[in-house]
Amino acid sequence: MIKPSNKVKVFFKNIGHWFKSLIFKVDDKDPKLLVLYRKGATKSVVSSLISIFVGILLGGVILFILAIASGGDISLKAAWEGFRLIFVGVFNTGRDLNGNLTFGFNSTNIGNVLFRATPLILTGLSVAVAFKTGLFNIGAPGQYLMGTAATFIVALSIPTTIVPAWIVWILAFIAGFLAGALWGIIPGIFKAVLNVHEVITCIMTNWIAANIVTSMFDNNKGVFKHLLDPSPTKNLAYLFKTTENGVATSKMGLDVIFPNSQVNGGIIIAILIAIVVYIILNKTTFGYELKACGSNRHAAKYAGINEKRSIILSMAIAGGLAGMSAALYYLSGNTEFYWSTYQSLPANGFNGIPIALLAYNNPVGVIFSGIFMSYLNVAGLQLKNLTPFNEYITDIIIASIVYLSAFSLAFKEILSSKIFRKKSKDLSQEQPQEILVKPKIIAEEEEK
Amino acid sequence: MSYLLQQTILYTIPLMIVALAGVFSERSGTINIALEGLMIIGAFIGVYFVRSIILLNVPLSFGQPLLILGMIVSIIGGCLFSLLLGFAAIRLKANQTIGGSALNLLAPALVLFLILIITSQSVLNIDSKYSSNDYFMLNQDDFGLGTKLENPLGVIGNVLFNKTYITTWICLALYLGLSIMLYKTRFGLRLRSCGENPQAADSLGINVYKMRYAGILISGGLAGLGGFVYSVTTVAASSNGDVAGFGFLALAVMIFGNWKPRNIAAAALLFGLLKCIAVGYPYIDINNDGIYFLNTIGVSQHIYRILPYVITLIVLAFTSKKSRAPKAEGIPYDKGER
Repeated sequence: MIKPSNKVKVFFKNIGHWFKSLIFKVDDKDPKLLVLYRKGATKSVVSSLISIFVGILLGGVILFILAIASGGDISLKAAWEGFRLIFVGVFNTGRDLNGNLTFGFNSTNIGNVLFRATPLILTGLSVAVAFKTGLFNIGAPGQYLMGTAATFIVALSIPTTIVPAWIVWILAFIAGFLAGALWGIIPGIFKAVLNVHEVITCIMTNWIAANIVTSMFDNNKGVFKHLLDPSPTKNLAYLFKTTENGVATSKMGLDVIFPNSQVNGGIIIAILIAIVVYIILNKTTFGYELKACGSNRHAAKYAGINEKRSIILSMAIAGGLAGMSAALYYLSGNTEFYWSTYQSLPANGFNGIPIALLAYNNPVGVIFSGIFMSYLNVAGLQLKNLTPFNEYITDIIIASIVYLSAFSLAFKEILSSKIFRKKSKDLSQEQPQEILVKPKIIAEEEEK
Repeated sequence: MSYLLQQTILYTIPLMIVALAGVFSERSGTINIALEGLMIIGAFIGVYFVRSIILLNVPLSFGQPLLILGMIVSIIGGCLFSLLLGFAAIRLKANQTIGGSALNLLAPALVLFLILIITSQSVLNIDSKYSSNDYFMLNQDDFGLGTKLENPLGVIGNVLFNKTYITTWICLALYLGLSIMLYKTRFGLRLRSCGENPQAADSLGINVYKMRYAGILISGGLAGLGGFVYSVTTVAASSNGDVAGFGFLALAVMIFGNWKPRNIAAAALLFGLLKCIAVGYPYIDINNDGIYFLNTIGVSQHIYRILPYVITLIVLAFTSKKSRAPKAEGIPYDKGER
């Protein structure tokens, strides 16, 4: 029987032991931090973090260079404020009476970060799934647009007086998914059957989608022009919001935590979808087949995998994810869609590319990189409101981060070679000892 | 008729020159998906340079030399920006598609950021008083062929000497010269060999890295020039961080033309024609009888706009068996693998 005080002692001793094992060698085992560090995933995270840090630093340098080059128009103080806002702009609560920036819990900003992250996570997943199969899905904007159109048509056309609103919501969501998936299948078929590079077909289908969507809602001859909002402020330039028909994503209680923001249950759905995609990719045969095609298409075929089917399905899933992204974004009920889109493609679609790259195409990583991206976006808006700079600085930072992550391989090599070279040398000498230890354990087991 | 031809040429030239930019990069072994970004940068730098000079109160008659200077500046700007791609792709052996996508993200962001700070608007124009036509467009009276009102030239003369730009002829000459260089000179042969079999090229004493840098630099310069030319001839010499997907279209033209300059010229002409029909179909009068045929048959404008993309898809579907990309494109060259 151990006394309670002893129990506490043992407890703390164990904790101390655990912390010690993080850094020092205990029981002939390598320090846990070093083991963790040697894992590939950790290096990916670390090199992503380095990319992010350097990217943000670069953004700051640009602000200061501009402040100096402007010759007094923009003060250095403004540049310093801008730099701080890039980091913690989301927690900004305006300025105090002396004109200094104040920081604190800003529920509007944080809620909006989550709201804007919802479509980004899903388009990021779309690009990531295709990347896992060795395909570069630059077609996410087109799939997103088709998803948008299908979602709006279903959500606004089925009267909620007859059908319950939540059923209409589900139907609209599924419509978005299916439209995106169908649009994703086209480059998939071209790649699998005709061996046309997916980048080129994706670019073509993007612009085709942009024109089709524009022609559908054309205020002159469009088939669905009755869905346009004729009120004087909108003047037929935008579609009705889905709330016009009483269809909107449930808030799921998030509006209580983040009052005065646009957040809704979409973020929870997006995170759940990311986890489902993770499970499909890493825990099922189907996911394994997709990844095998990505690693080496010919080897996969040789191993008996139907590689054409895998490519087409992968693009269908990627397209479906982009479609769902649009569905969740527009079903929120507080976003509007400008129908005359034939000259520009939606940014939410293209932003999936940097998000997937930053997360090394890991579906769970995409959740974080998506939230990070929308964090930067919201910080950019603060920059626009409070300093002489504008929100595009965050786009520059994001682009720099992607550029840096392109040579993450070089980062990883540096990480695994130079800094810890000495320790890894030690380890190579120690490995034989581990082998010597093993027979001991076996001997002990035999004694038992 | 002359309207159709004039507009077609204006759309064809940037497509051609940017597609050739893609050829130089890809035949030396580097995928250049950043053509769009390079065009945006080239357009911005060229327009910004021209604007800065015009702000010094130069007379309208200085337009042509100014245009040529602008072209040179945009070439230099494109070269510098493409070095970013070269550094990532060649020196650091990074994934070329990702590096290119990063530049495609960076270019519009950087340009919009700077334009907003320079002008407090989202568009950068060269002048508030005069349009780019006043400065740069050449009409028949500039060639001493009478005033605009009389029209003694006929269709061909109209196309050659009316509403034309000096950029068109310079670009055509460049296109011809560079295509010949790619096929008939020692440098061109070496460049192409680095895109087909860099190991063999290296074993013969060719510096693969240098060749690939050369390919990317030429590519960047041409794409920057293409962006500036696009901006001057089709959007009244303004820059707004966007070239309406022309860079990507040029990529399609390049694949369509099978990475060969002659085929690319034909493909670019086809795309230029389709693009011209999409934009200007209500004004096209094919046989000069005063009836705008395409406007009267009642086909929706959206169909015309979709046509270039659909036709590309269809043609790619039929020609994919024959299509042959440079063998070593997209693979970073590693001396150790020789």
